[in-house]
Amino acid sequence: MSQAILSIKNLSCERGYRLLFERLQFDVSRGDILRVTGGNGSGKTSLLNILAGLSSQFDGDILFEGKPIKKAQHEYLSCLAYLSHEKGVKLGLTVLENLTWFAALYPCKVNDEAGFIAALDQVGLKRFRFQRAGELSQGQKQRVALARLLISNASLWVLDEPFTAIDQDGIQQFEQLIGEFAQSGGAVIITAHQPLNIEGNYRELSLDDFKSQHSPEQSLNVC
Amino acid sequence: MLKAFFFAELRLIFRAPMDIINPMMFAMLVCLMFPIGLGPAPQALAKLAPGLIWVIVLLASLLATDKLFKNDYADGSLALWLLSPKSHYYLVLLKVFAHWLSSGLMLLIMSPILAILLNLPLYALPALLMSLLAGSISLIFIGAIGSALTVGLRQGSVLLSLIILPLYVPILILGVATVQAAAQGMEVGAYIALLLALAALSITLSPLAILAGLKINLDAS
Repeated sequence: MSQAILSIKNLSCERGYRLLFERLQFDVSRGDILRVTGGNGSGKTSLLNILAGLSSQFDGDILFEGKPIKKAQHEYLSCLAYLSHEKGVKLGLTVLENLTWFAALYPCKVNDEAGFIAALDQVGLKRFRFQRAGELSQGQKQRVALARLLISNASLWVLDEPFTAIDQDGIQQFEQLIGEFAQSGGAVIITAHQPLNIEGNYRELSLDDFKSQHSPEQSLNVC
Repeated sequence: MLKAFFFAELRLIFRAPMDIINPMMFAMLVCLMFPIGLGPAPQALAKLAPGLIWVIVLLASLLATDKLFKNDYADGSLALWLLSPKSHYYLVLLKVFAHWLSSGLMLLIMSPILAILLNLPLYALPALLMSLLAGSISLIFIGAIGSALTVGLRQGSVLLSLIILPLYVPILILGVATVQAAAQGMEVGAYIALLLALAALSITLSPLAILAGLKINLDAS
């Protein structure tokens, strides 16, 4: 068995004196697609923020190829593509400029305009490439964010609700793209309210199974 | 590749021209009010002019700094560039420098108009420009620290002023002293050198504080 690209050991997260989840354990290897589920407020976004290294409100270990992510920060960031809830699409830039901006920050497979336009064609935004992102609909902005994934050279995608506001055909198409990415050796951690229809190494992990057994008062003492 | 980031920042800034014009308008309007409020005695105005111009520029750059990281925080792109494997230090440096071009430099360019409105002796103008060039860099870079610390707050402007104004005091004292010395026909080289030293320090050190502030805010969000 190949080494896990990301392994989570004994992870607990506390937000506002409330223990969201505890003793969370899982491994993600190349080729895996892991969908994190759980009710509203179960800590899905908090978990992804922790995995991306943005949040330090946790206890436990996150290992990237066997090394703690803080120690291997540069390698980890070079290989991570994080799509947050807020998308990170610059509304004042055109669709194409958004990709140029992204390519300036991250290692990318393609670095020329033709490559960017091909990626925009894939997400159905080629016609809109000279339009400001602020003038697009919510779903189209989300597609800009997904186009970034297509040009990125990352091997681990961490996606927080990537299908928000995306139409049915679009979801199918992106499910297929995620499947292809996993088959080519990428790993995906994703939160979504609908089960994904993806072939391959697809698993689900429910945060509700790792809910704290303590009442809020007790968990205060635990921390 | 960092060049592309820098140009994208410039594009974003200059596509929202009101954010550039607002501090300039503020400076201009305040400057127009002073001769009316203080009475039109040219000699009295000339005496106060160095202090007035510097305080106005200082407040205007505080006004400009307020929004520096707000948009990036709101649209999620802040997280995106803080997760970039590129050097965060240089990214912050370029971002704040781009902001200086749109605020500090603009105020510098319009400062001769302020000087004429307040009847500053024309021979003190080169010293004013030199002191503002060095001083505005410090003002913007130090202001950016406050902006980074308050980025997650909805109403952070007052807190920003409280954090930043004490740090502005040394720059203000040196800046005013430069122009006053020039107006009295004295040598200003030493003042300018001190202001430049402060500018060098704030360019090199403040990105570290800005980064720490931004990371704290993202962590807490």
